Amino acid sequence: MTPLERYESLVDDPGAFRAACDRPLPSVVRVNTIKVTVERVRAALDAEGVAHEPTDWHPGVMRLPDDSPGHNWPHAHGWIHGQEEVSNLPALILDPQPGDRVWDACAAPGSKTTQLAALMRDSGILVGNDNTLGRLSALRHNAERLGVTNLVVTNQDARNFSLKPLGERHEEGVAAFDRVLVDAPCSCEGTIRKNPDAFDTWSLDHVHGVAGVQKGILQRAVQATRPGGTVVYSTCTFAPEENEAVLDHILSAEDCRLVDFDAPLDGVPGVTEWESEEYDPSVEKALRIYPHHNDTGGFFCAKLEVGA
Amino acid sequence: MSDNDGQRFDRLPATADDREVSGRATRSEVIEWWVDRFGLPADAFDGYTFWEKGAGKVWIFADDLPTPTAVEGLGMTFLRTRQEHWKPTTNAVQRVGCEATKNVIELDAEAARRFLAGEDLEPAWDGDWGYLIVVHSIAGGVEPIGVGLYVHDELRSVIPKGRRASVSPPE
Repeated sequence: MTPLERYESLVDDPGAFRAACDRPLPSVVRVNTIKVTVERVRAALDAEGVAHEPTDWHPGVMRLPDDSPGHNWPHAHGWIHGQEEVSNLPALILDPQPGDRVWDACAAPGSKTTQLAALMRDSGILVGNDNTLGRLSALRHNAERLGVTNLVVTNQDARNFSLKPLGERHEEGVAAFDRVLVDAPCSCEGTIRKNPDAFDTWSLDHVHGVAGVQKGILQRAVQATRPGGTVVYSTCTFAPEENEAVLDHILSAEDCRLVDFDAPLDGVPGVTEWESEEYDPSVEKALRIYPHHNDTGGFFCAKLEVGA
Repeated sequence: MSDNDGQRFDRLPATADDREVSGRATRSEVIEWWVDRFGLPADAFDGYTFWEKGAGKVWIFADDLPTPTAVEGLGMTFLRTRQEHWKPTTNAVQRVGCEATKNVIELDAEAARRFLAGEDLEPAWDGDWGYLIVVHSIAGGVEPIGVGLYVHDELRSVIPKGRRASVSPPE
């Protein structure tokens, strides 16, 4: 059984699901509003003869049908950043505000991190953490190219994340976050259109192993968020073990609840049953996006309110 | 005076009177340098803090944290100090160089493409030698590309290798 066959019982249209998974993804960029306006990017791409199409849900997310995003002036200026359409979603759902204190628990290589910075208008404190030292250079390179100045880069295991380096006991330090994004490491089944070898390393053991890590990271994220604050949990995978089961765990382990949110892309609710497991009914508030829904990669996203 | 510890971030002292680490640039010197060299408004850096990590590497951060702090990155690398001629980073110039009014050299489309690819040029320039902000005209405005070092009638591209690119001429 391939990983995709495993989920056909969950999918509304298995034929369309399989067909979409076999198609390559279009090249998509996000406009970096720290440095430029959408109008100016359009004008610059027009002047260079680079074709671009707006997505129907966000003016700052555009498809470049004929171009790799790295060889034009807007890229050289840090005006645009290659970022898959669906991966724009979690930062928008977290909705950070200027001046907020925000933690991106699994930040590298930084597409969503830099999007968070732009939504914060490059103010407040954005902590971009990653446990792999080798991935931090990509995070820093992307953040600097896009002109981000509100980012603190840390290299910790997010499951035991310490606020001590952020001066939690000092007046000007960070004692808790307003919002946290947990874009968790996962089995990446939903990236099959971008990474055709994503299934080569897939195994059920890996799914179960990574689910344990996800639970640990999400738990620490909820603990590090102030009462009334927001945590967004996302993965690029379909496995309920890594999605609804992780939410079910956090709902019983910490003082938090799932909340409804408006999403600009089509999807279906989270599943409350999988194999022999049953999950908390509120996991239906999560959003599952399959590749055939919006012609994107696959995605899972949930929004939690802490200590409410 | 103590020595610089290159492994952590220390906030720059406000002025020379507050300096505790020898050779460390001060906040007022950093701001004065951008104002003197490139004509930035004196309030351009209100609300930002400046930090040193590594020998002479100054970072700009949009907020503040207690000093010192042991993290991997704090804002953006901004300026190289502890050398005779201070050098702004490409990313700093792209971020704040739009406001520059002095020591700015504008290149035409062909020269801008060559500069971005890392080529040295011989443009007409009768201003100061040293580090210049290199700009070109794009999409209805002038935009900084990066830093050039002007010496001996030559403009050397100091765009870091990871930021160089070959942009095709328009069709």
